[in-house]
Amino acid sequence: MKDPYEALGLSKTATDAQIKAAFKKLARKHHPDLRPGDATAIARFKEISAANDLLKDPETRRRFDAGEIDATGAERPPQPFYRDYAEGPGHAAEDGFADNAAMEEFLARAFGGQRGGGQRSGPRETLRARGQDVSYALPVPFLDAANGAARTITLADGKTLQVSIPEGAEDRQMLRLKGQGMPGYGGGPMGDAYVELHIEPHAFFHRKDDNIHVDVPVTLREAVLGARIDVPTVSGPVAMTIPKGSNTGSVLRLRDRGLRNRKTGQRGHQFITLRVMLPTAPEPELAAFLDGWTPRNPANPRKEMLP
Amino acid sequence: MIRLADLVAATDGPQPDDLDRWIAAALVTPLQDADDVVFTDPDQARVQLLCTLHYTLEIEDDTLPVVLSLIDQLYQTRAQLRALAAAVAAQDAGVQRGIVSALANRKVELP
Repeated sequence: MKDPYEALGLSKTATDAQIKAAFKKLARKHHPDLRPGDATAIARFKEISAANDLLKDPETRRRFDAGEIDATGAERPPQPFYRDYAEGPGHAAEDGFADNAAMEEFLARAFGGQRGGGQRSGPRETLRARGQDVSYALPVPFLDAANGAARTITLADGKTLQVSIPEGAEDRQMLRLKGQGMPGYGGGPMGDAYVELHIEPHAFFHRKDDNIHVDVPVTLREAVLGARIDVPTVSGPVAMTIPKGSNTGSVLRLRDRGLRNRKTGQRGHQFITLRVMLPTAPEPELAAFLDGWTPRNPANPRKEMLP
Repeated sequence: MIRLADLVAATDGPQPDDLDRWIAAALVTPLQDADDVVFTDPDQARVQLLCTLHYTLEIEDDTLPVVLSLIDQLYQTRAQLRALAAAVAAQDAGVQRGIVSALANRKVELP
């Protein structure tokens, strides 16, 4: 029987209020009906209940402190817990599992959790195994993948993982976080966490290998007369020259403005496909000019489509 | 089986008016005999749980049904899980391995 002060984590000088608070805190944590899958909860709860029974009564506490009684005097008769009934009667005989521990072990195998944790008795104690690996799928915004990013993800069990997304990360790329998986059994090492990156599409950037493709609209004037314009790249706007006489479908290249290749360290390029946009509001002067305009090189752009 | 009077008289038993309230709120449903209220063993264990929740953990009357309902749902889920695990255990070793590895390799979608 453990020393009751030690069981409640208190010193000999603890006040009644401290005893009550310590018991409440531990009961909240260890009550068997609040930890139904935990085989050791009953023993732990019994221990803290016995300690509380002994210390909450000033008279028995005085006698214990004076050495007149020892801690065993406070041990309780076995108390039935609700969980002994709650999961239906007689399951042990019917369902092929010899006891609760057998089911917990199956669940631990299937789900990798630390069900029924704590020390087990008998031959199971010798089981020492590396914890299970876990896999996650992490959605990553396009630009985070292009430029690299650090993300903290919170898992369902409240645990957090630091994930560093490398520059130029590829869709379905798998990151391995060593030792971030499930705890090992019997002192075995932790499993690993695998994070598969799911890169989200971007509104106007498209990736092809290490290159970025983007359609850039230009005005009629910029296309005909040429211009210096700002175009978006994955690392921010870049000024570039639109040559005189550019057309819809003209492709321009921005050198080394693509994504960094993970293996070579080289950056790809960005390819810009121009789209000439006519004014959206009425332009009577433009219409009047075209009305009086005779092209020097008349051509039918649909020539190849018609018989 | 235990009668209401004996349950209330036991050490660590419930206060009579607390127990009346729990029965009225159907948190525990003992058998109503002609002239007495009788608790089966599971009922008695459930009253013990209510006592711990209310007296030790100081869970108030209005939150008590919430906590109890969650505990009930957890046990219900565990009973179903147990049935599922038993059904898996009844399969061939190859099928069992397949199920265990499918569970081990499952992916969790993160927000």
